[in-house]
Amino acid sequence: MKGFFSSALARGLFWQVIGTLVGAGLVTGIRALMGLSATDTFFFTEPAWVLGGFIGALSFLVGSGVTGDWIKWARGIDTPDHHEDHHTGWEKFVNVSLDHKVIGIQYTLVALVLISIGGLFALIFRTELAASELQFLTTDMKLFGQNGPQLYNTLMSLHGMVMIVSILLGIAGIINYVVPLLLGAQDMAFPRLNAFSFWIAVPAAVLLLSSLFLGGFDTGWTGYPPLSARAPVGMQMFFLGVFVAGWSSILGALNVLVTVVRMRAKGMTAMRMPIFVWASIATSLIALTATQFIGLAFQLVMFQRLFGMGFFDPAKGGNPVLFQHLFWFYSHPAVYVFILPGLGVISELLPVFVRKPLYGYRWIAMSSLGIALVGFVVWAHHMFTSGMNEYLRVPFMYSTLLVAVPTGVKFFSWVATLWKGKISTPTPMLFVLGGIVVFLMGGLSGPPNATVSTDLHLHDTYFIVGHFHDTIFGGFVFPFFAAIYYWFPKATGRKMNETLGKIHFWLMTPSFFVLTFGMMYIGLIGMRRRIADYDPALGIDTAHLILTISGFAIALSVLIFFYNFFVSIKNGEKAEGNLWNSRSPEWQVPSPMPVHNYDKPFEVVGEPYDYGLKDAGFVKFIEEPAKGKH
Amino acid sequence: MGHFVIVGILVIVMTVLTYFGLDAAGLATQMHPVAASAQAAPIDQLWHWEVIVVSFLFSLIVVPMIYSLVVFRQKKGELKDGEHMEGNATLEIAWTVVPLIIVVIFAYLGAYSLGEVRRVDPNAMVINVTGQQFSWTFEYPEYGFISTELYLPIDKQVVLKMQSTDVIHSFWVPEFRVKQDVVPGRVTEYRITPTLEGSYKVRCAELCGTSHAYMENPVVVVSSDAYDAWVAEQIKIAEESKTPEGQGKVLATKYGCVGCHSADGSPLTGPTWFNLYGSEVKLADGSTVTADDAFIAQSILEPNATIVEGFPSPSVMPPYALTDEEIANLIAYIKTLK
Repeated sequence: MKGFFSSALARGLFWQVIGTLVGAGLVTGIRALMGLSATDTFFFTEPAWVLGGFIGALSFLVGSGVTGDWIKWARGIDTPDHHEDHHTGWEKFVNVSLDHKVIGIQYTLVALVLISIGGLFALIFRTELAASELQFLTTDMKLFGQNGPQLYNTLMSLHGMVMIVSILLGIAGIINYVVPLLLGAQDMAFPRLNAFSFWIAVPAAVLLLSSLFLGGFDTGWTGYPPLSARAPVGMQMFFLGVFVAGWSSILGALNVLVTVVRMRAKGMTAMRMPIFVWASIATSLIALTATQFIGLAFQLVMFQRLFGMGFFDPAKGGNPVLFQHLFWFYSHPAVYVFILPGLGVISELLPVFVRKPLYGYRWIAMSSLGIALVGFVVWAHHMFTSGMNEYLRVPFMYSTLLVAVPTGVKFFSWVATLWKGKISTPTPMLFVLGGIVVFLMGGLSGPPNATVSTDLHLHDTYFIVGHFHDTIFGGFVFPFFAAIYYWFPKATGRKMNETLGKIHFWLMTPSFFVLTFGMMYIGLIGMRRRIADYDPALGIDTAHLILTISGFAIALSVLIFFYNFFVSIKNGEKAEGNLWNSRSPEWQVPSPMPVHNYDKPFEVVGEPYDYGLKDAGFVKFIEEPAKGKH
Repeated sequence: MGHFVIVGILVIVMTVLTYFGLDAAGLATQMHPVAASAQAAPIDQLWHWEVIVVSFLFSLIVVPMIYSLVVFRQKKGELKDGEHMEGNATLEIAWTVVPLIIVVIFAYLGAYSLGEVRRVDPNAMVINVTGQQFSWTFEYPEYGFISTELYLPIDKQVVLKMQSTDVIHSFWVPEFRVKQDVVPGRVTEYRITPTLEGSYKVRCAELCGTSHAYMENPVVVVSSDAYDAWVAEQIKIAEESKTPEGQGKVLATKYGCVGCHSADGSPLTGPTWFNLYGSEVKLADGSTVTADDAFIAQSILEPNATIVEGFPSPSVMPPYALTDEEIANLIAYIKTLK
């Protein structure tokens, strides 16, 4: 435990608390001098909390030491290119490391923590929904200054955003760990920026979760004004948390793009890059260029609340619908940020377990870019009922339907890859296959939302909830689990338990089908999104009970995964060789991966997925020592 | 070629099974719940076409997947790789272009369907709708009365001119299929032709705060005779409520007070009005005040001035700038609630 208290994580959190108090104290002092009220319901006033939260996040970064090298450079002190990592075991992961593999695992671990928290929130409100009427989140109950229905809204809203942040960290985890290995690079292009991108996400998560204790907020993850302009202080912490988390996404994406452009192994031309790298490029392009818009939208509401600016206040000439445009201009492309790496994992792993080349490699690579590109011009399909210009709904319907084309290319290519292979189904492959089918369900429930007239019925109902849970589970959660089962041996030298993995899969998958199909069904009948209670006259009590049971079954399966994960780190079956019999470069060297990746650089001499072709290597290690490459 | 023939047959079988499976669940030929408007017809029609295509595409992907998993699985101890197929440009172009054609067809059908849904009857009857936390109010401008129930005559197009006094709401009657947000600072339009008599509910579909789930008001579709009778009755009630109490009750409906303040003592978002006037009210700061004219007037004009014990601070109620006469009428109405 001593190791923990002196870790970067503990120091950062300590300084975040101090920084928050200093910032809030500063505003409180100024307010007192100006004769304004100094305290409020949650001790500090809202402006004090906001500045406190912001300074707290900055203090975390300085306190944890992740900015240490930059501060030294500013003072004219040189630092070595690589830091010798003197931490061992778990301590490596709670301290600042510049190694992309450690950072990748750090991202993944925080993502798993946030998935658990977001999942716990879901279980709480799912239990409330098991029957009509309010069960335990009643108007009489009080917790964190909120009554039951308000707490329901807070938990439901936080479930959304906590899961989104966990997904962003999860994909960053896979990309960070895998992309430099696939490229044959020693690290990411900017190791310090990489560490910064990870560490800034930690205070962001703390800010986001702190909203629960500051009165919460009742707007859903979308935070539409005017409702969000009236919500309690928790709303500001939510905005601030997302704003700070956005930096992680933007800087991380920049790093990935530079790494791919600059640090590929000799001979790795664009069309010989592993397909996951293509997916990472597509997702990073979106994250780098669109994230600013959600930050901006939230910042405007923040300022509206703090300074009385009227951006979205009709009484001051503002326009509430403008917020929705700004918000969705990021938040729609963002769903492609979530799913493209997952689809990349599917394409990357499929050939390994089918023992066949990836069918139509170029088409799959281009379809990722196609989805990313079309994804930028479809945002207003979230606003068909919003009161935006009526005729503009039609072009947005056209562009939205167009997404089906590149997505279809992926599905057809995956099926063709499976065709006439020699298919084996260990746990990672099961999750790949599950991901394909679940994502298919998500994809096929999409077009009825894209055509305006049918969407007028489906919008803001549980049909949408079912649809996007399908896309996110198929596009992220299943591939994320596949990736963990697949690359776990690379990171640890041990394998996760196969039986437990299969139990995880066979418990989660059917429960999930029941959950999302049930959601779509009750949505059509009249179950609206984001409600704590529903009319018993709708006759959907039984359906809700089944959904709640499915939700708990999924939670149980994830618990089994966690058990498997943590036990296997120390006690898993040893797996130091190329246990999946993959052609990918990272599996050509023993596991766990050495600190500076490949001892000898490699050269690309063939196609990445030439399974079934004799003597067709993908990479060849160069025997003479590398010179002048860094 | 054997594999392709088998898979082709299985895809057709699976498509039929999927379609009829969805139909058995009541999800194919029309959407849930029962359709009660002329606008529902083109929507349900488009949905039906989409379900057919979805059933086919689902089978087209899932059948060859499962077939491959069974037929092309790696046998025990087998270490051989699969067949070396890298791709086929013709095939890739085909499965880019064919879906593109389907997309174009549905783009046309979608636009056509939307056109049908938005078809305007120039003689449509106008009703003004106000959404507020957490209730709906309906004003019939032709007759000058307001109501908390939306009565509609069958087979006649109505156009709802909708406004919000506070946050964004969304007007949705599932049986009518159509949904439209109600946005502060602008008037949005909801055009509907009821075709089936019955009692439905308008349910707010855009999260609008703590009691969003309960923002539901009755919508009743009746024959034109029954509608005329109802209108006559409403006019009579409006005539009778020319007294201050009566006017107060009308105001309580018009401004949506009743959405949060009950008249029968039941707990809602705000304190009940039942037995309120003249009672001793406990405040959040521990003091007590008598609920007299001045206290009630202040609570309406500045909801944040005093917070009643057990209710959130700051108050979720926006300030209402009412005239002295309106306030006096409201107080007169509150006095009657005993």
